[in-house]
Amino acid sequence: MNTAFETYETAWCPGCGNFGILNALKDALTELGLKPHQVVIASGIGQAAKMPHYINVNGFNGLHGRALPPATAINIVNKDLKVIIDSGDGDTYGEGGNHFIHAIRRNANIAHFVHDNQIYGLTKGQASPTTAKGQKTSLQFDGVILDPVKPIKLALTMGAGFVARSFSGNYEHLKKMMKEAIMYDGYALLDIFQPCVTFNKVNTFKWYNDRVYELPDDYDYTDLDNAFKVADEWGDRIPIGIIYKVEKPTYIDNISFLKDGPPLVDAKLDPMMAEKYLDDFR
Amino acid sequence: MDYNVLIGGAAGQGIDTLSYIIEKTLKRCGLYVFSMKDYMSRVRGGHNFIQVRFGDKPIHSHDEKFDAIIALDEDTVNLHSKSLKPSGKLILDKSISDNDTYLSFDFKAVAKECGNPRVLGTAAVGVLLKLFGIPLDVSHTVLDDEFKGDVLNANIKAIDAGYSMAKQIFNVPLGKKDDNIYISGNEAIALGAIAAGVKFYSGYPMTPSTSVMTYIAKKSHDAGIVVEQVEDEISAINMALGASYAGVRAMTGSSGGGFALMVEGISLAGITEIPIVITEVQRPGPATGFPTRTEQGDLRFIIHSGHGEFPKMVISLRSPEDAFYQTARAFNIADKYQIPVILVSDQYLADSGVTVKPFDFTKVTIERHISGHEALENGVYKRYKLTQSGISPRIIPGKVEGATVLIDSDEHDEFGHITESEDVRVKMVNKRMKKFKLLKEEVQEPLFMGAENPDILITCWGSTYGPVKEAVDMLLKDGMSVGALSFGDIWPFPTKLIKKYGKFAKMIIDVEQNATAQLDSLMRENALIKADEHILKYDGRMMSSRYIYERVREMTRSSSLY
Repeated sequence: MNTAFETYETAWCPGCGNFGILNALKDALTELGLKPHQVVIASGIGQAAKMPHYINVNGFNGLHGRALPPATAINIVNKDLKVIIDSGDGDTYGEGGNHFIHAIRRNANIAHFVHDNQIYGLTKGQASPTTAKGQKTSLQFDGVILDPVKPIKLALTMGAGFVARSFSGNYEHLKKMMKEAIMYDGYALLDIFQPCVTFNKVNTFKWYNDRVYELPDDYDYTDLDNAFKVADEWGDRIPIGIIYKVEKPTYIDNISFLKDGPPLVDAKLDPMMAEKYLDDFR
Repeated sequence: MDYNVLIGGAAGQGIDTLSYIIEKTLKRCGLYVFSMKDYMSRVRGGHNFIQVRFGDKPIHSHDEKFDAIIALDEDTVNLHSKSLKPSGKLILDKSISDNDTYLSFDFKAVAKECGNPRVLGTAAVGVLLKLFGIPLDVSHTVLDDEFKGDVLNANIKAIDAGYSMAKQIFNVPLGKKDDNIYISGNEAIALGAIAAGVKFYSGYPMTPSTSVMTYIAKKSHDAGIVVEQVEDEISAINMALGASYAGVRAMTGSSGGGFALMVEGISLAGITEIPIVITEVQRPGPATGFPTRTEQGDLRFIIHSGHGEFPKMVISLRSPEDAFYQTARAFNIADKYQIPVILVSDQYLADSGVTVKPFDFTKVTIERHISGHEALENGVYKRYKLTQSGISPRIIPGKVEGATVLIDSDEHDEFGHITESEDVRVKMVNKRMKKFKLLKEEVQEPLFMGAENPDILITCWGSTYGPVKEAVDMLLKDGMSVGALSFGDIWPFPTKLIKKYGKFAKMIIDVEQNATAQLDSLMRENALIKADEHILKYDGRMMSSRYIYERVREMTRSSSLY
C-alpha cells in the first residue's frame, strides 16, 4: 500500500469519526491532483490534530489552539502550498477562539477542517465549547450550564467568505465539501460532525444520521441573511453543505508584492540591498 | 568638550519633535550626540523630558548635570532647575516664570507672529542653538526634512526669531565632516534584521519594543517584508514559527509581559527545532510594572523561558552598533542550530539615540544552512535525523519534490511522528542537547575594558555597557586600577574571561539595573565567581556613569583598597 497519501498506523479508537475524515481527505487530495509535497496540514492538539501523522503531506503539528497562526504564515510565505488545518472543536473554538476570530479577518488561503464531536476526547470526556447546554459529562456532572459556541454563525458574523458543514458519516458529501474548501480562495471553514464513540454518548452516528440533511441544489449560498437562518437550524433537522460562499480579497491579494511577485520564500537575500536605509539616520 | 541639555514638558507639547530637531542639528554639525528619553505612560499631560548630551568625542551614556534646559512647563522648572550646572541656563516662556536668573522670552508672541501657536517650542530651540553657537542653516535642513508647506515656514520663522533673541555663551568646536549616523537601539535591531533578510515579522504593540516593528513596517514594502500586527503575542510567535517553517527568516518581539505570553511558543521552537529570533525589550515588571521605564529584571526569566529542557541562545545588546551586528548574527545562529535566539534589550537602549559610525553592511553575512535533495536517503526525508552534531538537515516544505517535512510538538521519531518510546525520547533529548554543547563554543566572551589585571573588576551586561565604560574611564583618570567585563552573549554563559579576571581582582563590583543581581547569580552558578559588592538600581531610571563612578569611589574608600 504505497499510495501518495498513504495512511500510517493511527491511535484513534475503533469506529472513531476521525476515520471518515481521514479517508475523505486522502481521496479529496488525490482527486484534486495534488502531490504530497504541495500540501501542508497544520494542527493543534487533540485527537483530530494527529491528522498530519496519518497522511503523507507536510505537517505542522504545533500547540493546543495554535494551528491558525502558523497556517496563516505558511500561506503568506509560500502561496504555492495548499494549506489545510485539521483540528478539533476544543482546539479551534476554545483554546484558539481568539485566533479563529482574527484568522477570518485575515482571510489567508486556508481550508480549516474542524472535527466537531462536541466533547473533549483526549482528556476523557469533558464538555467542549460546542457541547449542548444541559448535557452531562465527565466533568459537568449536573450538565453544561453555558450556551454553546455556534461556529457557523460566528464565522458568518466575522465575515468569512466560505462557511460549510459536513458529517464524517457521509463520505461523498464530506469529500465534496473538502474539495470545495481547498479550492476556495481565502479562509474556508468546514465544520465536520465527527462522533466521538467513546466519550459522547449523545451525539452518535445515529443521532447525526437522524438529523442531518443536505441543502438542496437550488440553495443560494450567496445570500447572507438566509445563511444566518440556515445556521440557526438545529434540533430535529440540521443542514449540511455550503452555507455561505462569496468571493473576497485574500490576505495576499491585499499586499501587492505578494500578489504580483514570487512567493516570499523565493525572495533573494542580500544585506547590501538594505544599506540605503542608513540615509534615514543621516 | 561635553555639553548636556534637557527639554522638559507635558506629553502632547511636542518634546519629541523639539529634541529631534536639536539632536539631528547637532549631529549634522559633526558632533557626537546621545539622547535619553524619560516619559510617562499617558498620551497627554504628566511630565516628560529628553536629555541630549553632545561633544566632539563618542558618547556612550547620559549625564545628570545640565548646561541648558528648555522648560515648556512649570514642572520642568521645579524638577530640573536644581540640576543646572553653575554656568547653566534655563530657557522658558515668560508666562511660566519671569525670574531674572532665567532666560525668559515672550515665545507666545513670537509664535503668534509666525502664524502658528505650536511653534513656540521651536523658538526656544532657536535660543538654545544660539547659546551654543550652532549654525542656523543646519537646523533649517533638519526642519526641511521634517515639515512641509506652511508648517515648515512657521517653524523656520520661529527658529530664526529665537536665534536672534539670544547671545552665544558656550564654545562648541564643530566637527569638520559628518559621516556618522544617529540611531536608536530599536532602530538598529530593525535595520540588522532587514540586512539579515528577515521576511516576516509578527508582533503586538508593547512599549518599549514597538518601534522595532514600526521601522520594519516602514520599510516592508520596499524590502518585501510582511509585518503582521497580530491579536496577541501567542499568535505572534506561532505565526513567526509558521513562517520560519515555511522557509523564510522570521522574527517577533515584545517586552516582559508580551514575552511571557510567548514562552509556550519558545518551548515549541525548542522541540520542533524551528529557527526563530525573538527580541525582548525589557521594562520593569512584574506584570505591567513601569511601562515606559527601564530595567534589566528579566534575564533569569529569559534564560529559562520555555518548559522542558532544550538549547537556546540569549544575547544581550550593549549599544545600537552592537544591536545591529548581533541581530544579524542571531539569524545565522538560529538557522545553523535550528533554535530560538533571544535578543535582550531594554527601554534605555531602545529609546536612546546615539551617534555612531555607519554600520558596515559588508560585514553582514547570510548563512541559511538549508538543504535540498541531498538530504534524502533512498528518497526519504527525516526531519529529525539523528546525527553526530545533533543538527539534522533542514529542507523547506514544497521545495524538494517527493519529500515532506513533518514537525511536531510531541516527542517524535526521526520522521517527526509522535512517539512514546523511552529509547527514542532519550535519543531526541540527547540530540537537542548536543547542540547546546556546540553552542557553548559559539559564544562570545564579554568585552573587557580598562587596566590589564585590575584590582577592581566591574561586571555588567547589556545596556549598562555605556555608563560602565565611561565610569571606568573616569576611575582610570583618578589613577585607580579598574577594569570591566561587559557581557553580551549571556546564554550559554561564557566563563573564560570572568574566571581569568575574577582571580586577579581584589574586589568585584557587579553593576545591574535590577534588585537581585541576576548576572552575579549566573557567575556564581557557571564560573564559581561571586561579586563582593553590587551597584543595583531598580527605580526605573537608568544609572549614569557619574552614578557608577561615585558608588565605586565610596565602596573603595570604605575598603582598604584605596
